[in-house]
Amino acid sequence: MDSATPPILKVEGMSVDIKVPAGMLHAVNRIDFSVNPGETFCIVGESGCGKTMTSLALMRLLPRSAKLTADKLEFDGHDLLNMSEARMAELRGDRLGMIFQDPMTSLNPVYTIGDQLEEVYLRHRKSTRKEARARAEFMLERVGIMSPALRLRQYPHQLSGGLRQRVMIAMTLMCEPRLVIADEPTTALDVTVQVQILQLLARLQKEFGMAIILITHNLGIVARMADHLAVMYAGKIVETGSAVDVFTRPQHPYTQGLLRCMPTHDHGAQVSRLGSIPGIVPSLIGEQHGCGFRNRCEFARDICASGEIELRTPQGASAYRCVLSPDERPARVVEAAQ
Amino acid sequence: MVRFIAGRLAMLALVALTVSFIGFGLLRLSGDLAAVLAGETASPADIARVAKQYGLDKPLYMQYLDWAGRALQGDLGRSLFTHEPVVELILARIGVTIRLAFSALAFALVFALPLGVLAALRKNSWIDRAVLTLSVLGQAIPSFWLGLLFIYLFGVILRWLPISGSDTAWHFVMPTITLGLSTMPALMRLTRTGMIDVLSSDYIRTAWAKGLHPMSVLFKHALRNAVLPVVSLSAVMLGFLLGGSVIVESVFALNGIGLLAFDSIKRIDFPVVQSILVFLSFCYILLTLISDIINAQLDPRIAL
Repeated sequence: MDSATPPILKVEGMSVDIKVPAGMLHAVNRIDFSVNPGETFCIVGESGCGKTMTSLALMRLLPRSAKLTADKLEFDGHDLLNMSEARMAELRGDRLGMIFQDPMTSLNPVYTIGDQLEEVYLRHRKSTRKEARARAEFMLERVGIMSPALRLRQYPHQLSGGLRQRVMIAMTLMCEPRLVIADEPTTALDVTVQVQILQLLARLQKEFGMAIILITHNLGIVARMADHLAVMYAGKIVETGSAVDVFTRPQHPYTQGLLRCMPTHDHGAQVSRLGSIPGIVPSLIGEQHGCGFRNRCEFARDICASGEIELRTPQGASAYRCVLSPDERPARVVEAAQ
Repeated sequence: MVRFIAGRLAMLALVALTVSFIGFGLLRLSGDLAAVLAGETASPADIARVAKQYGLDKPLYMQYLDWAGRALQGDLGRSLFTHEPVVELILARIGVTIRLAFSALAFALVFALPLGVLAALRKNSWIDRAVLTLSVLGQAIPSFWLGLLFIYLFGVILRWLPISGSDTAWHFVMPTITLGLSTMPALMRLTRTGMIDVLSSDYIRTAWAKGLHPMSVLFKHALRNAVLPVVSLSAVMLGFLLGGSVIVESVFALNGIGLLAFDSIKRIDFPVVQSILVFLSFCYILLTLISDIINAQLDPRIAL
């Protein structure tokens, strides 16, 4: 995708602030990104970095205590920020879909699979129950479920976790949305099933042409799926760019650290020691100054603590927020192989 | 399902046996029936004669077996005071009690469900607090006082409603509201807690993410899950109401089971009290059976 086609989603200066007893928690802090039609955009980061809040904000499904602000929040020509709740509900499930983390609890236990699939279609399309049923059966087939007619009559508790996530995906795709937000869609599943679900998502994306925002903490998934990605840390995007750029030439110390935490097979039979990033994520309560990563960063210096860190956009590499370019940082002390 | 119902019915027989036996024993311990029957001025010889006449001189288990044998044939005996058959006494009054019990429960549910849902939706808002205050009031205000207040306001001052008797549907309005208001709070709080729980669940977030209409999210997806414990409690409440509310029945002069039981206990009218006891235990078991069947219909995960 190049700049010729306008992005399907454009986010500028989006923040999510949550009122907690101790003060204001800045879960998401002025982030910008855009997603092209039909591409996979990954948001990656550790727990508590704001990635789930970002996805709920895009769906406008934030909890009541959370406040969403943005300079711009544009989806497929619609201004999501100022849209009425009723109009927003018309978009959800139709043009904009979401797949959740835990398929065991994300389906309503007291209704059949068929009922839960059909109701999306009946809500957003002028159709009869029969058409909705045919559509549901078709979608179950598309997500690789055997004997869909039987499954439609079953209840969620009669299905395995992997099957339920396939049902969730089928449900999200009932109206062929332009954008699907998948929040850790494989985290709750067995490793073997994870791969199947990811392959399925990639195949369906080709078939239906939707864009996917994939939220994950797993860099292996990012490497497999992403066209573009954003690395989030402490509520901010610290690095963003094409998957190739970020994986081959990571610019931000946090991204570099993350990549060192990823098991690789580059060394043949010799297994290298797996890296880790010392320290913990800072508290996001109260006013945030400087770089959120500075207390865990080996290159940190005084200027990291003050002001807003500017986004640097080098030629031929990903954009990042750090006061030092990779060349300006002292050479990393190579750990002695153990 | 069939096995489940058969099992419950077998349990019904066991409970009937136990309740009637314990009731029999307790009633006998509560006073010397022969002395009461013979009257205050009776001599010991008179009392012995009365005891022999009513079979009260036999051992307790023999008396019980006599009673149980006749009860199984549908003969619950006669009242020791009015000498009417107990079956007729109960049948004559059960209609009033059933009407009162069902209308009070219906009244309670009609308000408890929507108010509980509303309070859950606006948790910690003024609406929630108002609903909770109402429920505390409903539980704290004694029925006899509320009943008298209603009689004074709607019967005496405004003259809108009849104040006693059970001739028309209008006669049931005030008793229903009085009884319903004391039944409502527990049901309402259970609805509220259930809804708060369910509304924060993942599948409700899914329902919102599907863009469903708020009414569909709340009443189709949430309420059906939240209402299961409310069904169970309603059954218990209904059993309680069928036992008759002595206070409400006496305030509004409704000739129901509650009043009959109360009078019979005062007079140690043993056959009547014993029969009502067994009847009520039957009601409880049947009602829990029905509520279990309803819940199994509402939630496919419950296998009977």
